[in-house]
Amino acid sequence: MKEKSKGVGPKKTAEKKTAADKKLAAVKAQASKKPVKAKTDLAGGGQGGGQVGGQGALGRVKFTPRNGAQTIVDFLESVGVDTVFGYPGGAVIPLYDALYDSKIKHVLTRHEQAAAHAADGYARSTGKPGVVFATSGPGATNLVTGLATAHMDSVPMLAITGQVSTTSLGSDSFQEADIYGISIPITKYNYLVKDARALPGILSEAYRLTDYGRPGPVLVDVPKDIQTTIVNPDNLLPDSVPLRFEKPPSPDLASVDSLIEALHVSHRPVLYLGGGATITNSGADILTLVERTDMAVVATLQAKGVFPDNHPLCLGIPGMHGSKYANLAINESDLILGLGVRFDDRVVGNVRRFAPLARVVHVDIDPAEIGKRLPVDVAVIGDLGQVLSLVLKRLPKNSRPAWRKRVAELRSTFPMDVPQSSREIKPQAAIRALSDSCKGQAILVTDVGQHQMWAAQYFQAQKPRHFLSSGGLGTMGFGLPAAIGAQLANPKSLVCLIVGDGGFQMNVQELATIAQYQVPIKIMLINNGCLGMVRQWQQFFFNRRYSQTLFDYNPDFVALAKVYGLWAESVEKSDKVTQMVKALISQKGPALLDVRVPRDENVLPMIPAGMGQTDFFETEEGAN
Amino acid sequence: MIKILSILVRNRPGVLSHVAGLVTRRGYNVESIAAGPTENPEITRINLVVSGDGPILEQVVKQVRKLVDVIRVDDLTNDQPVTGELALITVKVSGLKRAEALNVINLLSLTISDIKEDSLTVMVAGTALTVDMAVNGLKPYGIVAMARTGLVALPRPRNGKPKESKERD
Repeated sequence: MKEKSKGVGPKKTAEKKTAADKKLAAVKAQASKKPVKAKTDLAGGGQGGGQVGGQGALGRVKFTPRNGAQTIVDFLESVGVDTVFGYPGGAVIPLYDALYDSKIKHVLTRHEQAAAHAADGYARSTGKPGVVFATSGPGATNLVTGLATAHMDSVPMLAITGQVSTTSLGSDSFQEADIYGISIPITKYNYLVKDARALPGILSEAYRLTDYGRPGPVLVDVPKDIQTTIVNPDNLLPDSVPLRFEKPPSPDLASVDSLIEALHVSHRPVLYLGGGATITNSGADILTLVERTDMAVVATLQAKGVFPDNHPLCLGIPGMHGSKYANLAINESDLILGLGVRFDDRVVGNVRRFAPLARVVHVDIDPAEIGKRLPVDVAVIGDLGQVLSLVLKRLPKNSRPAWRKRVAELRSTFPMDVPQSSREIKPQAAIRALSDSCKGQAILVTDVGQHQMWAAQYFQAQKPRHFLSSGGLGTMGFGLPAAIGAQLANPKSLVCLIVGDGGFQMNVQELATIAQYQVPIKIMLINNGCLGMVRQWQQFFFNRRYSQTLFDYNPDFVALAKVYGLWAESVEKSDKVTQMVKALISQKGPALLDVRVPRDENVLPMIPAGMGQTDFFETEEGAN
Repeated sequence: MIKILSILVRNRPGVLSHVAGLVTRRGYNVESIAAGPTENPEITRINLVVSGDGPILEQVVKQVRKLVDVIRVDDLTNDQPVTGELALITVKVSGLKRAEALNVINLLSLTISDIKEDSLTVMVAGTALTVDMAVNGLKPYGIVAMARTGLVALPRPRNGKPKESKERD
């Protein structure tokens, strides 16, 4: 249907409400391919939503009039979005009304933050952008932590927030918050839609941006009246300077040659993998590269699983809580080849003392990452997949038996043995038991803290996108909702969550979401009754002054989980752990195992912040 | 060290927030920032003058380039750019001082924008150096208010063609 009344802008149109609205509703119901309930249309127009054309227009139906909200839902369907996480509210009622007719599955979390983390878990486990809805004001601000988490770890996400009507914008109206301004530093890009005619263009641009180049979260703030205005496809606002989604420039061949040359002459190369390796799905190429070069491999949390943890050359995570052998290998290395990494402070420590003997080669798609923290000798800017295929084409096989031997030696001299005890449960042992029971098949989600580092150290991941963790931002409360998102995205996979008693309670309300949708995640609660990581720092660096890190009260987590209908058990004795872990993962539905562990267990080895690769913290017990 | 950047951005709402927010949150030292339309109303030019050491300034350029709305960034620092700045300066002068101040104003060919019994407001336009000179020249008479636009800059055209548009094609 064409806009007939010329010269009448959509806003003006929107203010008028005539009998044509009702007629239109009838026409829509007839003309629509999808069965549209009449109430939907009325709700769409009720807020002062647009109308299309006059009497004459009714005769020449060319399209089904869709309002802004319906346009959003149509768009999401058209790009294949199957799941949306969110929470309704006043400013998104039209959006949720449009969703009412959609085949998209909406997952109602119990808090917007959880919706954002769930969308994040969905995205991390699939590579597809996660989508989250929230209302204006408090709904939108509740997304902030989730957006920042995704931003730090380059996770593609599309957040659509409701906003007060354009007519009330900026007047401190009810549930108004400037989420556009608030989210600038924590999104890849963001929009405030002020004209319904721009909505279709913005949606497709925003969605494309989420995973274009270096992925990240994108937010679209949609005022309520935009949601109810009819969007006429024949009358859109063209973008005069549209974004050009060009293919990333091919890597500079000279820099690739320098990389090959540097690698070729190196005797002790270390491959340092980051999130870019996961995003570009480069596991197979990396395996070939390692087999051809005998490089030792360290992988950050974001890359864990890209290269199999059980490979003899895999040294696990580098940095603060990396193994001694990983950090010593870096220290002895004469070449660090960083692929899709940030040279994060938790990895590098003291910039001046990082890999003192090594040349540093850095491959990244984001030029701003090159030299951001660490000066590099060779920079290759481009898509990692492309770079790797160029490298593999030309790189000759060059085995390094001496280096292989040295790496094996380091491993055997400083083994990462699982601490054992005959009475109390060592959390590391519980995590290893989970790892063994899952046989590398599970998608493991962690929260943040000691258990996260133990999981990084002792959980063996064999596949990319099977270890999901908030690395950059370190967001407590991430785990539970992210596991929900990962499980819903991968209904047939075994999804396990390792979480502490602190982080679990930060989004514990999501047990209701788990119960409602029967999300069969398996929760291993590492329950030490304290905020272990901070407690550890207080022990090491603040003279054991445990300020506000010991919980004097914790609920009975088993009883709590049972209230929500989960299978739940507790385990306290070390000889029962394996059996209980097996019981946990053999449950059909959602399940929780409360693993009681001692308060005073520490994550070791540890290199204190800002120190060099060999400055392992020595505890009184000398256990480090 | 300072860097003079010419940043062409898509003239979308909020674009200035994106640029200004970036330099603030990454802790760069902004000497001045000036934005205004270009020959194409859809494109805005932001002139950003930042100070810091070499690696930091390199990062500024890369981070700005990464912003979605940024079309191109030119580092004009070592390119002898065409630059200009404008300032309005009010001095509180009366009696004999007034004649003296007027002397300076004439000497520097400043434009008088407003005259009151006990004050003069002058406008100065030119390079940053010219503006500095006017400020220094009027300081002894008591500057009571001042507004500077910050530096605006264009790449110096070569062979009759601006370097920039040549590159853009």
